[in-house]
Amino acid sequence: MRSAFIDELAAQAALDSRIALVVGDLGFSVVEPFADRFPDRFVNSGVAEQNMMGLAAGMASEGYHPFVYSIANFPVFRCAEQIRNDVEYHDLPVTIVAVGGGLAYGNLGYSHHAVQDYGFMRMLPSMLIAAPGDPMEVRACVRYLARHPQPSYLRLGKAGEACLHGDVPEVTPGRWIKIVGGDGTNTFLTTGATLPLAREWLDHQDYQGWALHSLPLWGMRTKALQAAQAVAWKRVISVEDHLQDAGFGSWLLESCLPLAGRPAIEIRGLSSEIFGKVGTQSRLNALGGLK
Amino acid sequence: MVHRARASHVGSCLSSADILAVLYGAVMRFDPAAPTTPDRDRFILSKGHAAAAVYSVLAQIGCLAHTDLDEYGNDGSLLMTHVSHKIRGVEFSTGSLGHGLPFGVGKALAARRLHAVWRTFVLMSDGEMDEGSNWEALMFAGHHRLDNLVAVIDYNKLQSLASVKATLDLEPLSAKLESFGWSARELDGHDHAALQEALSTTPWAPGKPSIVIAHTVKGKGVSFMENRVEWHYKSPSATQLDEALAELRSSHA
Repeated sequence: MRSAFIDELAAQAALDSRIALVVGDLGFSVVEPFADRFPDRFVNSGVAEQNMMGLAAGMASEGYHPFVYSIANFPVFRCAEQIRNDVEYHDLPVTIVAVGGGLAYGNLGYSHHAVQDYGFMRMLPSMLIAAPGDPMEVRACVRYLARHPQPSYLRLGKAGEACLHGDVPEVTPGRWIKIVGGDGTNTFLTTGATLPLAREWLDHQDYQGWALHSLPLWGMRTKALQAAQAVAWKRVISVEDHLQDAGFGSWLLESCLPLAGRPAIEIRGLSSEIFGKVGTQSRLNALGGLK
Repeated sequence: MVHRARASHVGSCLSSADILAVLYGAVMRFDPAAPTTPDRDRFILSKGHAAAAVYSVLAQIGCLAHTDLDEYGNDGSLLMTHVSHKIRGVEFSTGSLGHGLPFGVGKALAARRLHAVWRTFVLMSDGEMDEGSNWEALMFAGHHRLDNLVAVIDYNKLQSLASVKATLDLEPLSAKLESFGWSARELDGHDHAALQEALSTTPWAPGKPSIVIAHTVKGKGVSFMENRVEWHYKSPSATQLDEALAELRSSHA
C-alpha cells in the first residue's frame, strides 16, 4: 500500500500544484520518489508532530493540500488537538496519512498499534476517513482526496498486500463497493486492510453464499447513507482491524439504528486481548478475534 | 464587553492592547475594507483569550461595526470569548495555547515557497511558552530561516495561578530564542514608538525570524487590575468598570 500511495500521490501532484507532502522524519525508501521530483512541495518537519500538523494547517490555509505522513499513532494522537482545532475546525484541506494501520507493526509493541484511530477520527464532524482495503483502493482513495481536498484521514497498511480489485475502483464516500456478490442474503462489510482476510473467510463452509463489500470512504457525514444499503441484507458482519469499541462497526450500528434490528449486525473487530501483546500482524489479529 | 458578558481575561487583553494597536494602526499591511486580500499581512492571535482586544481593534479600524461588540459572548453570538476565524478580519481561531506559532510557521513557509511578500505576525503569551509545540515551531522556523515571520511575546510576567518566575521560569528568554536561530529584541510593550520601530523593520537579520519580547503589565492602565493574578479570571462589576474607564480616560486626556 505504501508504494501505491506514493506512486499515486506523485502522479496527482504532477497534475495539481497544490499537493504537498509533509513527513515527520519517517518514510525512508518510501517518500523519495515524491521528494526528489517535487522538492518545493516536500517538507520534513523533524520529529515534532504538533508543529508538523500545525504547519500543515497553516500551509493549507494558504492554498496547499498537504498530505501529512507518519507511522501509526504518531500523526494522530500526538497531534490530536492540532487535528481537531487547526485542521478540522477550520475545514482545511489536510490529509493525514498513517502507514501501519491496525496491527501492521505488531512486533513493534503497543506504541505502534494503531487500533484506536477510527474512534478519534469519526468524532470529528467533517473528517473523511479513507481506509483502503488493497493497493487499488489506495489509488482510488488518493485520487478521490486529490480531487476533493478536505480534512481527511488516509489509513494505510504496510507493504506487499495483494490486490483484490483488477483495476482502480470508483469510490464514493459512504458507498459500499461490491467485491463478491454472493446469493444476496448475507454480507461482510470491511474497511481498511482487513479486506483480504474477509475474502479468505468466504471460502469457509460457514460463509458459503456470503457477499463481500468494502467501504473505504466513511465518516460522520456519511452515516445517513448506510441504512438504505444495509436494509437489503439479512445479516451484515462488519470487519476492521481496530478495537470493537468506537470503531467502524459501532459507526455502522449507530447508522442503522433507524432500521430497528434489520439487518442483524455483528461487529468483528479487535478485543482488548491484544493490549500489550507482541506478534506478527496475523497472529495478533487472530488473538484479537479476527479469525 | 467583558463586563457585559461576565467574561474573563480582561487583564490579558489590557497587556496586549498597545501591541495590537501598533500592529494594526502602524505596521501591518491590512485593509479593513478588504480583510482577505491576498497580499495582506497575516496576524495570528495565539493567546486566544485576548479575543476582546482583537475584536475591539477590528472595530476601531472599521473591520467590524462597534455594535457587533455588544454581542461578545452572548448566546448565539459568533464573537466567542476566545478568538474566532468566523469573525471578519480574524485569520485563525485559538483558545488552546501553543497552536498559533506552528500555524504561523506554516503560513510563513507557504509564503516563502510561493514567493509571496507578505509577512506573518503571531502574538503569543508568556505562559504559553511552557508549551512544547512552540519550541518545535521555534526550532523549525529558525532552521528554515523564515525571516518573513515575526512573533511577539506579551511578557506580562503573570500566568494563571502565579507569576511566570514561580511557575516555570522562562529566563534567560532572549538567549534561548537566539539559540533557536531567531533574532530577539526586548522592549517596553506599552511604548508605541519602540514597538513601531521594531515591528516595521523586520527582518532585523537576514535569514532569521524576528521575535519581540514585549515587557508588559497585566491589566495595564487600571490601577486595581495591574499585576494582579486574579484579573486573569475576574469579570469587572459595573462599579469597577466605571472606575477602570475613568482611569483609562484620564491617563489619555
